[in-house]
Amino acid sequence: MSPAIRTASSEQLSAFIANTCSKSSHLLHVLHELQHRFLHISPEAVIEVASFLDLPPSQVESAVEFYSFFSTVPHGRFDILLSNCTSCGYTANGQDLLQLLCDRLHVLTGKTRDDGLVSVDETSCIGMCDHGASLLVNGRPVTGLDAVKIMRIAELIETGTPFENWPAEWFDISDSIRKIGLLLSEDITAGNGLRESLMRGIDGTLEEITQSGLRGRGGAGFSTGMKWKFCAEAEGSAHYVICNADEGEPGTFKDRILLQSHADAIFEGMTTCAYAIGAELGFLYLRGEYRYLSPHLEAVLARRRVQGLLGSSILGRSGFNFDIEIVVGAGAYICGEESALIESLEGKRGVPRNRPPFPVTHGYLGQPTVLNNVETFVAAAHIAQNGSAWFRTTGTMKSPGSKLLSVSGDCAYPGIYEYPFGVSIKQVLDDCGAEDVQAVQIGGPAGTLIGRSGYKRIIGFEDLSTGGSFMVFGRKRDLLDIIVNFSRFFAHESCGFCTPCRVGTTLLKNAMNKIAKGQGTQYDLDEMERIGTLIKRRSHCGLGQTAANPILNGLQRFPQIFRQRLARGDFEPSFDLDAALEEARQITHRDDAAAHLE
Amino acid sequence: MEAKAETAANTINIDGQEIPFEHGQTIMDAAFAAGVYIPHLCHRPGLTPHGSCKLCTVDIRNRISASSTSDRRRQTKFTVDADSRSVSACTTPAAAGQQISSNTPALNEVRKTITQMLFIEGNHLCPSCEKSGDCTLQAVAYHLGMLDGHFPQFFPRREVDASHPTVMLDRDRCILCELCVRASREVDGKNVFAIAGRGTAAHLIVNSPSGKLADSDLETGDMAVHICPVGAILIKEQGYEVPIGRRTFDLHHLGEAGLEKVVLAKTVYRDE
Repeated sequence: MSPAIRTASSEQLSAFIANTCSKSSHLLHVLHELQHRFLHISPEAVIEVASFLDLPPSQVESAVEFYSFFSTVPHGRFDILLSNCTSCGYTANGQDLLQLLCDRLHVLTGKTRDDGLVSVDETSCIGMCDHGASLLVNGRPVTGLDAVKIMRIAELIETGTPFENWPAEWFDISDSIRKIGLLLSEDITAGNGLRESLMRGIDGTLEEITQSGLRGRGGAGFSTGMKWKFCAEAEGSAHYVICNADEGEPGTFKDRILLQSHADAIFEGMTTCAYAIGAELGFLYLRGEYRYLSPHLEAVLARRRVQGLLGSSILGRSGFNFDIEIVVGAGAYICGEESALIESLEGKRGVPRNRPPFPVTHGYLGQPTVLNNVETFVAAAHIAQNGSAWFRTTGTMKSPGSKLLSVSGDCAYPGIYEYPFGVSIKQVLDDCGAEDVQAVQIGGPAGTLIGRSGYKRIIGFEDLSTGGSFMVFGRKRDLLDIIVNFSRFFAHESCGFCTPCRVGTTLLKNAMNKIAKGQGTQYDLDEMERIGTLIKRRSHCGLGQTAANPILNGLQRFPQIFRQRLARGDFEPSFDLDAALEEARQITHRDDAAAHLE
Repeated sequence: MEAKAETAANTINIDGQEIPFEHGQTIMDAAFAAGVYIPHLCHRPGLTPHGSCKLCTVDIRNRISASSTSDRRRQTKFTVDADSRSVSACTTPAAAGQQISSNTPALNEVRKTITQMLFIEGNHLCPSCEKSGDCTLQAVAYHLGMLDGHFPQFFPRREVDASHPTVMLDRDRCILCELCVRASREVDGKNVFAIAGRGTAAHLIVNSPSGKLADSDLETGDMAVHICPVGAILIKEQGYEVPIGRRTFDLHHLGEAGLEKVVLAKTVYRDE
């Protein structure tokens, strides 16, 4: 197929957009279809979409430029994104697979090859951390990459082989569940929890969830029962339920497993919530990296409609009407933040809102909205089915129930581990076969970096609160490289709304690069601490408030990894003065000794 | 006794000064009404508060109850200052009894650093900028005792839009405060500006088919044209008319009441 085919006439474009909008007029959906079909979103397409959806062109343009998976310049017909996560990234097995692939395909990172066949770039964690180095090719994950596989991929692309003729097993993503607990040991029987809830009544259901002590599993830990209650009490023309399946924290993949193998429990939890708060519409906001799970989720929704568990008069209860739509994101970590997610659902850039007001009173379209993590809804469904007392048999006083941990990195058995809250870090390390451990990153880059002295600490809201990412770093890892990686991640993912985070994360990234290159001094360490503390305290949302954690934790707990890279002296400039003169030398055609610094 | 309780229920305390407020007011509103200046760049009374520049960051002392901190996302183990929390004065509702720190050396140091961030991420060359002397960013920098950019410059490449017959858009100086975005929507009844992109690539865009100002419905009289606190949006027909020494911040202090009107109509001093 020639690139010309992807250049549409305005009639083709209009017809395509009209057809796409007839399926779903959600802006992210329409933009995805355009990107998929035409490999980019042209200015003409922006205008067409805006006029078709009756939106300002600037809103469409700003969305196109905000989300990583949309582009204004054409990508290749094979569009490859390698994860740059420390667990499923292209250097995860010690080799630079990105460079290898680019060399093999004669393509530069981030630049589409002249023949339009292929483009290769990197992207933030794609949630395949239990499967080694991974990539997305036209949105489909391929895992377990090594040099051999990269060579084969290059070959298949070079020969223009369609995906049907790629090894099918490459696209199979297995669930590596290593330890089952309260939630994973039994699957929910579709409808059981709902029947129980209908018998309890609305107040009884709210009471049951509150009594269970269930707290939000995204990491913040707000009481789920209270959240539902506040929302139920809030006045509005409609109430909404949103499931946050924008699992973007590097090292987290537990929602992927829940979405793949426990979708019924997720939807049951959402429907229970809808019943309790009086919602008729819910959304599951699925991260763009998990788009491949969408057909499966749609199938489960369709079955539940047939079973009378969604739609009108659910389980025969007149007036209990509820349905769920799936909206797929497009590559933006910030959309895991609840108010940014809501903005994104509304077809805007994912910029966190000012709070108060909170989503429970002013959420989607300004109406009362419950927004919970995937795992929270799964737990709620189990509580609805089995009762709060059952739930409280596990965990600690402050953190009842269990927690799914996504264990990855330098260990023998990466995968999903479900533990009662209160489990120690040491226990997890022993179970996952981690030997010679240097450090553990709990809760992803936004969380906490701990060393040996912290292994007796426990997972729970009273100590180490986490969304579930558990990354193990062995002795052989360069911990400074890890922190460089994390600082790049935050600078890339900052939405750009507030000054401290927008500018500060880039300052930290630059400072870390300087240290890593051996050009930093104690001055730079002091500066990082000062700026890091400021970003942490003064930023608008959780992203900025946690972005400096890896650096601050590192400086506090692993000072030697910084110090051993420092240059001598009090100060080193952040740029190379001699290199800066290169342009002047070229213009003046000089390269003599006097044109160089000593 | 009752009267005293009544008073306490309707005041906040900023740097030791009791300040009355009405229901619905933000900390910034209450401070503004009482003539207390809290530095800010993205705020303008009458427009929806934004809370993005973070210059108006203040600290509120926590109540004895620890409930307000317990659920903050992953913050419990790493609070820099556990007995107070940081908020934006422009977006935070005033609530009875708030004990607020604002004009302290530590907070002004934070504000100075944030101002430096704004300078180095753009291309701000004050000596050649027409807005010099009328520029709120520059005035805030002077107010906070900022003597240099401190950080290495980002030197971004940003587009200039000179297509409009009377208005010029120089994105080099844009600080993403979105005052023009809001003024256009909320006061002018148009929708000329928006922000696109992400992180340091965020930039001001024009809502027109070509993305150029000339194709928009922007007019010289629009508030969006005049509200820019820096020299990103300038009127072409006039330039460098007011001599140095007679410009806004040569004659006025940032915290003066009614300054918005003065800054908006910058040429009123011409014949003085």
